[in-house]
Order: sequence, then structure tokens, then C-alpha cells
Amino acid sequence: MNAPPRVSTPQVLWLVGAIAMVVLPHAGRVPLWATALFLALALWRLAELAGRATPPGRAVRLALALAVAVGVYASYGQVFGRNPGVALLVAFSGLKLVETHSRRDAFVGVLLGYFLVVTNLLYTQSIPTGLYLTAALTLLTATLAALALPPGTAWPVRRQLGLAGSLLLQASPVAVALFVLFPRLPGPLWALPSDAHSARSGLDDTMSPGLISRLGLSDEVAFRVRFSGAQPSRDELYWRGPVLWTTDGRSWSAGEGGQESPPQVLAEGPTTGYQMTLEPHGRRWLYALDAPVEPPPGTQVRGDLQLLAAAPVRQRMRYEATSATRYRLPALGERQRRLALELPPGAHPDAVALARGWLAGGADPEARVTRALLLFREQPFVYSLNPPLLLGDPVDEFLFGSRKGFCEHYAGAFTVLMRAAGVPARVVTGYQGGEVNPLDGYLVVRQRDAHAWAEVWLEERGWVRVDPTGAVSPARVERGLDAALPEAVAPFAGLLLDEDSGVYRLLHGIRHGWDAANNWWNQWVLGYEQRRQRELLGRVGIDPSDWRRLGTALALLTGVPLLVVSLLLHLRRGRRLDPARRAYDRFCRALARRGVARAPAEAPLAFARRASRSLPAEAGTIESVTGAYVAVRYAPSGGDLERLRLLVRTFAAASRWPRGQSRGTRAGGTRFD
Amino acid sequence: MPPITGTAPATVTIMRDLLEPVVTQVSRIVLGKGEVIRLSLACLIARGHLLIEDVPGVGKTTLAHALARSLGLSFHRVQFTSDLLPADVLGVSVYDRQTGRFEFHPGPIFAQLVLADEVNRATPKAQSALLEAMEEHQVTLEGTTRPLPEPFFVIATQNPSHQVGTFPLPESQLDRFLMCLQLGYPDPAAERELFRGQDRRELLEGMAPCLGVEDLLAVQRAVPRVHASEALLDYLQALVRFSRESPELRSGLSPRAGLAVLRAAQAWALMAGRDHVLPDDVQAVLPGVVGHRLRLVDDSGGSSREGPARLLAGVPVP
Repeated sequence: MNAPPRVSTPQVLWLVGAIAMVVLPHAGRVPLWATALFLALALWRLAELAGRATPPGRAVRLALALAVAVGVYASYGQVFGRNPGVALLVAFSGLKLVETHSRRDAFVGVLLGYFLVVTNLLYTQSIPTGLYLTAALTLLTATLAALALPPGTAWPVRRQLGLAGSLLLQASPVAVALFVLFPRLPGPLWALPSDAHSARSGLDDTMSPGLISRLGLSDEVAFRVRFSGAQPSRDELYWRGPVLWTTDGRSWSAGEGGQESPPQVLAEGPTTGYQMTLEPHGRRWLYALDAPVEPPPGTQVRGDLQLLAAAPVRQRMRYEATSATRYRLPALGERQRRLALELPPGAHPDAVALARGWLAGGADPEARVTRALLLFREQPFVYSLNPPLLLGDPVDEFLFGSRKGFCEHYAGAFTVLMRAAGVPARVVTGYQGGEVNPLDGYLVVRQRDAHAWAEVWLEERGWVRVDPTGAVSPARVERGLDAALPEAVAPFAGLLLDEDSGVYRLLHGIRHGWDAANNWWNQWVLGYEQRRQRELLGRVGIDPSDWRRLGTALALLTGVPLLVVSLLLHLRRGRRLDPARRAYDRFCRALARRGVARAPAEAPLAFARRASRSLPAEAGTIESVTGAYVAVRYAPSGGDLERLRLLVRTFAAASRWPRGQSRGTRAGGTRFD
Repeated sequence: MPPITGTAPATVTIMRDLLEPVVTQVSRIVLGKGEVIRLSLACLIARGHLLIEDVPGVGKTTLAHALARSLGLSFHRVQFTSDLLPADVLGVSVYDRQTGRFEFHPGPIFAQLVLADEVNRATPKAQSALLEAMEEHQVTLEGTTRPLPEPFFVIATQNPSHQVGTFPLPESQLDRFLMCLQLGYPDPAAERELFRGQDRRELLEGMAPCLGVEDLLAVQRAVPRVHASEALLDYLQALVRFSRESPELRSGLSPRAGLAVLRAAQAWALMAGRDHVLPDDVQAVLPGVVGHRLRLVDDSGGSSREGPARLLAGVPVP
């Protein structure tokens, strides 16, 4: 048995580099020991290459493999799932490197690398990830090419990478066609492991001091909106999220509110249609512009107008809805009224006393609302991202002590005051405002736009939105957080706030450009799901629900171009090949069928001698064909191409019938006589 | 015999028939070395010089002598030693008291076939005197240029470079030799015949030239005219390119080396009675022509059979 072909030094270097590149992004995701083990094993392989180490024996490798399995189990408590799986792969790819000595091992290593590329996508599918993984793919493909070179040859790095790049580029049209045409399923084909969704930032279904202000510095996108008509003015952009009914004196939660059937929203102005692209936040609720007249299809509308999806939003989600920014919400059930007036017994004595005073003073509900807002406006209240810690009764201490707070403080305190004053009230959380990206026209709402406000029930008008924050800091509602709170952008305050400075414009330009690119990526690459596929294919006249048509389109769009390209290549090769050479090749193929194959580097006369020795009966033919061939191809006079063709044709035809069993056919036919 | 010119098929056959007796005759003296004798003759008619690298006693001198006799060439032998001076090779001008003039006494280089024995024993100075004469086909001494006889053919021998007291020829000077061949030990049958037969020296004495100098010159002129088709040049260039791209070879073949392969292959084709070169001819002469010009990366020096073998195995015949 022949020894398997060994990998050369450059091949090992390519492989180690490529595997290291796909493992690198996992370094922060797997336990430290897995990364360290991979690094140590890769270095071991390199040391072996430099002649400074010997490869680990079978026993050592086996022990290490077992140790890895045990280590993963110890780290995660299981060996299945995304994170344990990736940790296993990272450690094992290191082990694969130290045992890679034959070319076959190296091929396995490259395939492992391709799989590691896919595992990276389980964590993030952003544009930078895509670019990085494309580079990794190029490196892996270059490694594959290096492995395919004949033994003893190596190409310069640039040529190798160039080849890999051109291979990937040639494959990309097929990949694009498959991406566009491959039938999309409504959900993922297989369920992601449960640990795939770790904590995400966003609003919670409870509100307590400090929970929303925590989001104040986060630039993460919450959702993007595209209005089908005109965009409502900024102070109307209240994005409704969870509605909170119950308080324990410190924090607010949904409690038992909102269980009634959805109320009727009476639009009092034009309605606005829009499309939302919601980033995954791991909760069931959806956001909508206050108040949704036509909720997105398939969602449940609660009694307090909160929208619920069928399942927690774990993937970027797109939906359409229509809202009215001026509306009436007339319904208030008895249970709702009770809930909307409930206060924890004995809590906030000072606030309750103040509000009871208003009630006793005989002011009507609307006047009581005004009194509360006036309180915020006239007393020295400060809007701040960093309010002092409230140790005692949070509402009393805030209203009468610190007077410094973020929106949740104001919304919470206001609702408490209203309830104490006998006005049914509730807290609404969500987002306020957003920023239009001038490049693609999408309104981008970020986590920093998270907001809380209140709704009060007035007999004549129904539920009315009251934003006490607006009373303290009108800029928050009119111009956004940056304008209201210079401290939110403190590090660059001087530069960023000067809207005329070049730096400001440059930074904003970059931010907008990057955001538009991300949005495009989300909308068209990551968000290309069943509905969008149907939309796109419908436009070109393919019905995507008919899988046969889709299959045909898929085959036509990928198969036909591939066929045409290979045909062209074949024809070009045929044209480039000399006709005498083609005839001679046919002759060689015929001889190969008889058991004498010409080596590519074998010269014609030498081959003829060898073939004649093996097939003495054909020596005459072999000599005349070879003679005719070299005469045509190498002699100055040109030789007789037709004679060569005739000789080859005859010989090839005769060779189709293997000797022995062909006798009968030959004798019976007149063709060969 | 009518003067032979050109490379018409008939002429080519005549030339083959002229050269064949030379091979036969030399083969009778140098036993069992038909291939080396043919290659030496090909080297000669391609107007190249020959380097024979081997241990003493395998018949290098005999081969050179026999070739000279068979071709009817004047023959000189120079034994290279470490104290050899350029003048010992080229000649010297001596003052003649009677005529009152300097008179040139030509050195051993003035012969049609010069055997430079153990060329790597001499100092680089003496070596370069020989190598310059080989290149230029003339000798310039004290301002006078004297042409060397035609044809002019040098067979140099050298001991394997690891032997003591040698000045190995640098690569640039190795390049002056069209071919570098090894004789090797004879096979047992040939050796037995050698032990039995007549003394080689006596046999040499009895040899008669079987080719005239004019004929030899005509053959030499015919070599470059042997047809090399586009397909063959493709093959030649593929070989050269492979030698330059292979990571196992320290440096690739120069254009001069490529031309040397072509000339040798043309000579080989002519000797086979063909008016055109085949890949077979290239493959036959390639080891002799490029063996001393290629250096493997992991090679210690000296001419090698490995390099040409890699080349031949790695390049498909187009």
C-alpha cells in the first residue's frame, strides 16, 4: 500500500491560518480553556513544522479528546446546544490540526473550517460578520486550492488567494439564485437550541426607577419604521408598548389589567399606514404608533391596546399597521376603573395627601390633571439620566425631595397623583420620537428613545395621553433625548451639540450611512422570508407556492447558466486544441480502454514503444497512427490530417468491442470485413 | 559525394547515415555506452561543449579520443593541475633571437577537439582561460586575436566535486557546457568484454575517420534548421516555465538554457534521421542539458538527475 500523500509546509500554514481565522470570533463565546487549548495545539503544530516538537501520540490525542468532552460538560452541564457544540468544535479543530499529516486529514480540516463558518452565523448575522466570514471563506478555499496542487508545488500567496477569490466569485451567482429562489419556510427549518437567545436589551414588562434610564445611553436600534404616507410630527410619535396597571409602591407591572376585549379606537383625524421592522427583543409584545386602528394581522390586541404576537419575538420581525395619532378611546369597564384607581395601601402618604387636597378642593378631573402638570412645571423639577437613588418612599422622595428624575419617575409619580386624586390613570411604556435616516427615509427608533408616559380617563374624552416629562422638559418630546440631555452624549458634548460643526455632520453622516446599510441588509438579506420572496417572485410572474414552478425556475436560473458556461469552456478548449491533438487524444483513450494509458508527460514515440510492447498485435496500427500524428503536429510539411483521423476512427471503433466476446459480432457483421 | 545542405528529408537521411558509423565505431572502443556516445555526438554537432563528470577510470579520455579519431579531428589533451597557468592552455609568445621577433607558440587549445582533463583541479584563473576560449571560439593574447580551428569542440572532465583538492566550476561557467554527462560503470557484460578484448589504446590507433571535416561542418550547419513546430515550442516553454515556478528548484532555466535544450534536441532529431523535433527528442537530451543547470532547493551541489526528472514528470506533453 502506498503511503498517503503528506501535507507540505505551506499547506499546513494555510490550514492553520484558515482554521484560526474561523475560530477567532468564537474566542469570546466559548470558555477560556477551549480557546487556550486550540491556541496551544495550533502552536504545537507550527512547532512541529519548525522541527521543534514531535506530534502527540494516539494516546495523548485520545486523552485530550476525552478531556475536552468532560470539560464541555463541566462548563455547560451538557454537550448539546449551540454553545457547548461550538466549544467542542473549537477544541476539536485544534486537535485536528495536530493530527493532520496526510492530505486527506487536511481536506477534513478544511471541511471543518467551512462548518465553523456556519456556526459563526448562529451568533450574529451582521454586515461586519458577513465580510469577515467572506474573508474566512476565501482563506479556506485558498487552502483547498493549496491542497489540490500537485505534490511539491506551491503558489505565491497572492496567486492562491486570487484563485480562491475568483472561485468564490464564480460561485456567487449560483448562491444568489439559490438564495432568492429556494423555497422559504415560514419558520426556521430546525429549532435553534434554547440557549440561542441570550438577554437582549429593550423594555421590560415592569417599570421601576432606573430601568428605562438604563437604556438612555444605548444606541441599539429598537425598530425601524417606514410610513406609507406623510410622517406624523415628532411630538405625535408615541410608540405604544406594555401598559402598566399595578404598582407595589416602587415598581409598576401589567398586573391583571388589559384582559378585556379590545376597545374601539375612534380616529379623530387622518390615519397613517406604516411598516415596522422590529429587532428581536425576546418578548411577546409588539410596538405600534399610538393608537393602532388596524393592528398587524395575526396579533392579539389587549384591552389596553397592547399588541401581542403569537410567540416571543426572537427574530427580526416585519409587520404593517395603521394608526391614528388623534383618536378617542371611550371604553372603560368597571374592572378597569377599579384597577386604574388602585394604590397600595399606606404608600406615598405625602403624595396621596396632596392629591386628596385637590380632590377635596372640588376641582373637576381635568383641572386635577392640570394641577399635577403645573406642579412639575413650576416646582424645580429636573429631567436627568442620573437621578439620585431613592431609598425611602420613591414617589414622595421624588416629588418633595430630590425632584430629579427620568421619564419613569415622572410617569409613575403622575399616575400615583392622579389615582389619589380620583382620576383613573395608567402608565404606558414604549418609545417616543425617532430619527429619520435621510439616506433611505426610514425612521430609526433606538433604545435611547425608550419612554414612559401616562394615560388618564376623563369622562367626556375617554383615555387621554398625558406626558408629564413634556411638562418638565419639552425638548425631550420635541427634539429628542440628545437635545434634552446633553449629558447623554457627554463625551463629545461640545462637538456633537454644535450642529453646524463639520465633525457633527461627519459623524452623523457616517452613522446614517451605516444605519442605512444595516437596514438594507436587514430588509433584503436577513429579512428575506416567505412573504418577501412571494412578493418579489410574484412581481416577475412566478407563483412561489407552486413548488414545481419554483423548482423549474431554480433549475433554469442555476442549471442553464452553468450548462452554458461549461459548454463555452468546452468549446473554447476544443478550439484551442489542435485537431491532430484531438484525434490523438481519441486514440489514447481507445488505448486506455485496452489497458495502456498514456501518462500526461509521456512523449508520443515513447508511448508508442510502450503500447506496442503491451499490445504486440496492434504494434502496426500504433506505429502508423503515431507516425501520422507526429507528422501532422511536428513535421514542417504538415502531414495528412485526414489520414490520421481515418486511422484513429478505425482503431477507436475496433477498440469498442473488447477482444474475446466481440468475435461473434465482428464475424457476423459486414462492417468490419 | 555531392555537397549536402539543407534539411530536406533525403538530406537528413544522408546525414544520419553519415553519423551512424561514428556511433558504431566509438561503441566498439567504449563498450556498453551507446546512449552517452550518441549524446556526446549530438552535443558536438550542436556546436556545444561537453562536460563529463565521473570518477577516474571509466573511460572519459578514451571516449574523447575515440570521437576525435572517428571524426578525423585534430586532438589535444590538457591535464589540468593546480599549478596550470593560462599560458599553458592558450600558448605563449617567445622572443626569437634570430628573427628578432616574438613568435607565438600556440597552446594545446589550438586543436579541433580538446580534452581538458580534470578541469576542476585547476585554479579559477586557468579554468576561465579555457572557458573564454570555448565561448568565443578564439584566443586573444597580447593584443592579437587568433581564431581557433573549426570545428572546435571541448570535452572537459571533472571529478565529483566532493573529492579533495578541487575548484568546482561556478554555475555561470557550468552554463558554457551544452551538456554534462555521466559515464558510469559499464554493465557486467561490457566489462567482461573489456577485460577480454584488445588494449583500447591499440584499438584507437587502428581507427580510421569515417567522416570528413567538411561533412561534419555541414551537419553542424544543418542542426539549427531542423524544424521545431509550434507545438514543440509550446512544450519547451512549458518545461522552462515549470522550472521557474517549481518551489523545489532553486532557480529556473535561463533563456540560454532553453535554447540549449532546443539545439541539442535538434541535433538528436537529426541523428535519428528526422527533419523535425519531437517531444521524444527533448526528453532524450533534457537530462544531459539541464542536469548541471538546475539546483534543487535541498541539494548540496553537483549535477543532479533529480531536477530533470521532476521536470519531465511534471510537464505534460501538449
